[in-house]
Amino acid sequence: MTKQAGDLTVVGVSKSFGGVAALTDVSITVKQGEVHSLVGENGAGKSTLGKIISGLLLPDSGQIQISGESVSFRSPREALAHGIVTIAQELAIVPGLTVAENVLLGDEPKKVGFIKRKKLRKDFAALAKRVGFEFEPDTVAGSLSVAEQQKIEILRALSRNASIIIMDEPTAALSRQEAEALHKVICDLSKAGTTVILVSHFLSEVLELSDTISVLRDGHLVKTMPAAQSNQEELIELMLGRSLGAIYPTKIFPHYTAPTVLFVNNLCAGGVSNAWLSVRAGEILGVAGLVGSGRSELARAIFKDSKIHSGSIEINGVRITGKNPLAALQRGISLLPESRKELGLLLERSIKENITLSSLDRWSKFGIISRRRENQVVAKILEKVLVKSAGVRQKVSHLSGGNQQKVLLARTLMSSPRVLIVDEPTRGVDVGSKRAIYDLLTELAADGLAIIAISSDLEEVLGIAHRVIVIRGGKIVSELSGRAMTEHAVLEAAFTGTK
Amino acid sequence: MSTDTAKSWNRYLPPALRSWRDAGIILPFAILFVTLSITSQPFLRKTNLLNILDQQSAILIIAAAGALILVSGAIDLSVGATYALAGCVSAQYAIKHSVLSAVIVGLALGLLVGIVNGIIVAIFKINSLIATLAMSFVIGGLGAKITKGNLIMLTEKPEYGKIAQSTWLGVSSSIWLMVGVIVVLGFLLTRTTTGRYMIASGGNAQAARLAGIRVSLIRIIAFGISGMAAALAGIIDASRVLSASAQLGGTLAFTVLAGIVVGGTSIAGGQGSVWRTVFGVLFIALIGNGFDLLGIDPLYHQIALGLILLVAVGLDAWGNNKRR
Repeated sequence: MTKQAGDLTVVGVSKSFGGVAALTDVSITVKQGEVHSLVGENGAGKSTLGKIISGLLLPDSGQIQISGESVSFRSPREALAHGIVTIAQELAIVPGLTVAENVLLGDEPKKVGFIKRKKLRKDFAALAKRVGFEFEPDTVAGSLSVAEQQKIEILRALSRNASIIIMDEPTAALSRQEAEALHKVICDLSKAGTTVILVSHFLSEVLELSDTISVLRDGHLVKTMPAAQSNQEELIELMLGRSLGAIYPTKIFPHYTAPTVLFVNNLCAGGVSNAWLSVRAGEILGVAGLVGSGRSELARAIFKDSKIHSGSIEINGVRITGKNPLAALQRGISLLPESRKELGLLLERSIKENITLSSLDRWSKFGIISRRRENQVVAKILEKVLVKSAGVRQKVSHLSGGNQQKVLLARTLMSSPRVLIVDEPTRGVDVGSKRAIYDLLTELAADGLAIIAISSDLEEVLGIAHRVIVIRGGKIVSELSGRAMTEHAVLEAAFTGTK
Repeated sequence: MSTDTAKSWNRYLPPALRSWRDAGIILPFAILFVTLSITSQPFLRKTNLLNILDQQSAILIIAAAGALILVSGAIDLSVGATYALAGCVSAQYAIKHSVLSAVIVGLALGLLVGIVNGIIVAIFKINSLIATLAMSFVIGGLGAKITKGNLIMLTEKPEYGKIAQSTWLGVSSSIWLMVGVIVVLGFLLTRTTTGRYMIASGGNAQAARLAGIRVSLIRIIAFGISGMAAALAGIIDASRVLSASAQLGGTLAFTVLAGIVVGGTSIAGGQGSVWRTVFGVLFIALIGNGFDLLGIDPLYHQIALGLILLVAVGLDAWGNNKRR
């Protein structure tokens, strides 16, 4: 495989899906060795552009040039031959193989079909040393954290002599420290002459890492500029085409007489020990903690999705007895799961079917769905949760991340919950949709819904919650409200377990 | 929204015909039908067409239920054995009892087998391919044991023949039964909560569970329906020839599966339809009929069938890849 250094130029590229334009006449030049970020709302076309550059999609018109020469990729393999590698959000590692085997997968040193294991390890060691990663080559890849697995992909890319690496939301699933480690890797790559194209929703990250930023909106390139000459406000304005105002809506605190809706009583379940908590009507309880601290486990336990060892969950003073999510749903608890693709959506089905899935009984008689009522309720909820689509029959796989999340949120509201648990409500969601989701949550709370908001984004938790609990090692180690609710206090509790 | 207006004439078509890809099996079916009408004189005669439907009624009934199984994310290879066992037991029972009770006994047996299948797959989490393959040996063995390997003759009970051989409006009851089952199952899949839950369970079982769906129960229902459909098919065929044998139905599961897949139902689950399955099965039947009428060596029939199946599965995989 040849290494082709040089500038990458995208010339007048357009692409549409099923008649809906995803990219319109986009031209960008990415200079060799720079970190070039693509930002924009979900659906703005940045992922589509990344996929065209990496050969996953073919443009309808326009072309890609490397060092001024026109190239055409019909598959990621052809893009790879020109030194272009993508590291996608969904990592492509083989969990059962070791780190070294994963890095050199498909490119193993071999002799008449037998892998030369010694050579494999030696090659790996040389590569890791060159990049400065510390890796035990014989560790099984599946046992590593997401950040470490990402490093494996980066190493793999470099072992193929990649000169252009496209990273799609590389830090979305990472903890703070892990993200910082990755930032350093990106800087080092860039210094060594590798071009990095970064697709990210974290504007602070984009501003810190990039040399150049290109802003996309509705499939059009709005502006390309040096990162040093920009700031968050400007980026947001360019992305939205208007100014956003504050990132978070004004908090509306529940009335002091508001009754307690959810009471969790000394709950012990997988990954959760002795959890006590209560949420009042109209209150948003934030749940903070490091990745793997037991935040999602707590949500699953309250939603009865894991085996409960002891303790109880009460809604309005009545204990929930059932043992599955259906019982929780019937008693008024709804969950927006942390991973919408794996745990939430039926990607190949329509918006309508996805929205009514957990409340279908209400719109049916004797098990027969009333199409009229189903259409009515879907239209009604979509007025509240604005989803940009070509109609309710559109498949959700064709929607952007933010719109998919809104569809899922619509579903959780369809069962008229009294308690709503949202786990990572804005993961992989663009700035505009984020604000829409925050507004919706605030509005729902004002209407008397009790909300538990779990997030890795500490700013988000502090920005929307009325009260915050911090989890560490499956235990609630701290509860903060009012003026005590500071970033510092939460981090201290999350890291040390003390107040 | 401009796309909506540009294709507004599409509104007058059923959803499945709005794009050529979604039309799937309809197009080749229509082409084959027209070709056969032109090339073979006897093809378009009413007797020939009714004959095809009559012969295919058992397969169509099993395939319609099989589509539900595939949609809900499983596979049922035990239908052939259930078909044979239910036919034998029902016929044996009919010798000494009334026809109605014999039918009920046969259907109940099919339901029981289906529920056992469903429990093995949904509760004990055994892969449905292996579970139903194993069950087909068990059921086949039971059938051989009950009949002691003999053919059960119903020559002394000609009333049993009325199940499939009566005619109403010039069409035999086997066809009426088949149409009834297809309409009911088609309605079940598209218009009821159970059908929607089957689609959800097959499309993303985890998400379905978190949406409050009893995925295990839904799978058991699908298998129960499949078992009953296989039993009904067995009874119909026993009634048509007034005899039953435990040796029958050996390759039935695969014939049915071929029809479902050619119809365009995904083997990955979460997608599919009953009426497409009907066209898939009939497409295969028409090819057989055409080869017979045109006097082509039946050897080529097998080869053609295999190639068509590969094309169908290939198109499904291609479509899945393209969607990503």
